[in-house]
Amino acid sequence: MRIFEYMGKELLNCFGLPAPKGKVVSCADEAALAATEIGPVVIKAQILSGKRGKSGGIRFANTPAEAKSIALELLGANIQGYLVEKLLVEEKLAVDQEFYLAVTIDEGTKSPVIIASNQGGIDIEEVPENQILRIHTDAELGMFPFIARNIVRRLGLDLNNQHRKELVKAILATYQVFQEKDAILVEINPLVFSGEKIFAADAKVIIDPDARFRQKDIPYVEDQTETEKLAQNLGISYVELKGDIAVMANGAGITMSILDMLLYYGGTPANFLDISGGTDTETTARALEILLAKKPKVIFINIFGGITRCDDVARAYAKVKKECSDIQVPVVIRLVGTNQDEGKRILQECGVEAYTDLEEAAAKAVELAAYAPAGNFS
Amino acid sequence: MHQQVILVKGKVLMAIIVNQNTKVIVQGITGKQGSFHTRQMLTYGTKVVAGVTPGKGGITLEGVPVYDTVQEVLENHQVDATVIFVQSAIAKDAVLEALEAGIGIVVVITEHIPVHDALKFISYAQRKRAILIGPNTFGIISSGKCKIGIPPNQFFIPGPVGLVSRSGTLTYEISEKLVTAGFGQSTAVGIGGDCVKGLTFTEILKLFEADPETNAVVLIGEIGGNAEEEASVYIKEMTKPVVAYIAGKSAPPEKQMGHAGAIIRRGRGTYQSKVKALSEAGALVAEIPSEVPAKISKLLV
Repeated sequence: MRIFEYMGKELLNCFGLPAPKGKVVSCADEAALAATEIGPVVIKAQILSGKRGKSGGIRFANTPAEAKSIALELLGANIQGYLVEKLLVEEKLAVDQEFYLAVTIDEGTKSPVIIASNQGGIDIEEVPENQILRIHTDAELGMFPFIARNIVRRLGLDLNNQHRKELVKAILATYQVFQEKDAILVEINPLVFSGEKIFAADAKVIIDPDARFRQKDIPYVEDQTETEKLAQNLGISYVELKGDIAVMANGAGITMSILDMLLYYGGTPANFLDISGGTDTETTARALEILLAKKPKVIFINIFGGITRCDDVARAYAKVKKECSDIQVPVVIRLVGTNQDEGKRILQECGVEAYTDLEEAAAKAVELAAYAPAGNFS
Repeated sequence: MHQQVILVKGKVLMAIIVNQNTKVIVQGITGKQGSFHTRQMLTYGTKVVAGVTPGKGGITLEGVPVYDTVQEVLENHQVDATVIFVQSAIAKDAVLEALEAGIGIVVVITEHIPVHDALKFISYAQRKRAILIGPNTFGIISSGKCKIGIPPNQFFIPGPVGLVSRSGTLTYEISEKLVTAGFGQSTAVGIGGDCVKGLTFTEILKLFEADPETNAVVLIGEIGGNAEEEASVYIKEMTKPVVAYIAGKSAPPEKQMGHAGAIIRRGRGTYQSKVKALSEAGALVAEIPSEVPAKISKLLV
């Protein structure tokens, strides 16, 4: 779960790494007021996209009037698909030196990793490999000041004692946010020296969605479409795509594989929907309604019954069919596994022939989508 | 160390990690998933000797005695492995309890475990020199001998193919196709769908390479992470053929498709990079699942 820059900065500040003086505003007058208090400012659109600078989401204002006109322009604008609702109006710092600092998880070593570089303020992917420092920590022991001191030493900079201390403090604070807040990424780019002090000039923080139950003080940031939210409330995994064949399957791997298969046969998937294992008739019926609401050309259902029972899925189909009076969209269903015969019998009663072979069913779905007239809606 | 020789009707059979003598306990045995799969495992022939659910000690479930703690189980039973079904928020406690008690094989079925919890118990497992499979795995099944986890019983019969995968249902799908084509499996292992995992592809490939009953290996991967790229380094050294299938070719970047592990990040972990690494290492890459049995058939017949 990504959170806004200003939220990430608040977390870092709690652990001792300040951000430049700033205010979060949601109207132009507030922006002008903030600029009056602060002086020359940088105005940053609070959206979840990374490349704000390149798309006009980060601007500078020397006067309150300028701040107001920029705020008017940004608020309500759409930047990289995100609606701008809040701005961070921040003091424009006199920057002496910039760094890159991040803590994340290295899947290969199965441990946290601190990534640091003297080349701050630019895209880290453009920094040469030999100028990026990677220091792994022990997952059980965690962070200690000596590790931070070693990182500062290995950055190989000519720093005075005060700057050295500031940098150690920044590394410790960043790691603490990672550790205490169940983050999977805390990235500061750039981390800057301004005079004797260090500041987080930006903050990108991603919180582990599976740890939300114990991170209740971190506000929830919406990053889903309405349909994706609806699916999440049902406990199913749903991602919207751009094609015309709606897909429902059980298991993330097989669902991904089905999307690939549809493309392989020349079709395009409309979504990813994993109803997962053990889903009951009611939830399955609601999931089917989600698919129908998107008005696809074909609905493709694949159930490999392990935990999920084929007859449950068939009953869900029968139920939705009854409730919607009639499903006009052609439906291709493939059922294998637990209670498959009972499932096929129920479907036959609804006039649907279930397939046994996955590839054959996928090819059929693609064929039907190709022949379906536009606007063949339920 | 964890490879065992098995004698069945005078014939030597091999399996990796588990065999028909492996004694298993179920942590979270009284829950919905735990009790259902305990029955399924018993039906398959797995020696489930005890279960643990704090507060439920003293009862029996399907003839299996239930205890409050793992320590108490060990005072009364010989145990080789544990399977974890407890809910995600408290899974770390259960895994550490098993590791601290000295159980050598820990299979973590639970999904949605906070990654910081997984980091800690995986690290502790390494320190205790225990084998940890998962989290978010279907488990491990040595066909006809022992199932620790949740795969449906009917799709796994003894045979020459070793299977290692990041995904459950995709494994069952391919397994069913293999069985239909006449190829059973020696052992199938799920390394888990999360970004950090205990046993890796490479560690399991090494066990298959050494297992005389495994003649070929099927690796089922997914976009995201670099587990397949790392496995490719070892596949280059293997004498046994490897057939690979990677799911997620059509996934848009930065979209999460259910598995936490399957996020494409910054060009790494893409379908193309995985297929390239695997092909260059000598693995045969199937484009759709049905090509897997066809490729295995060419190799083994």
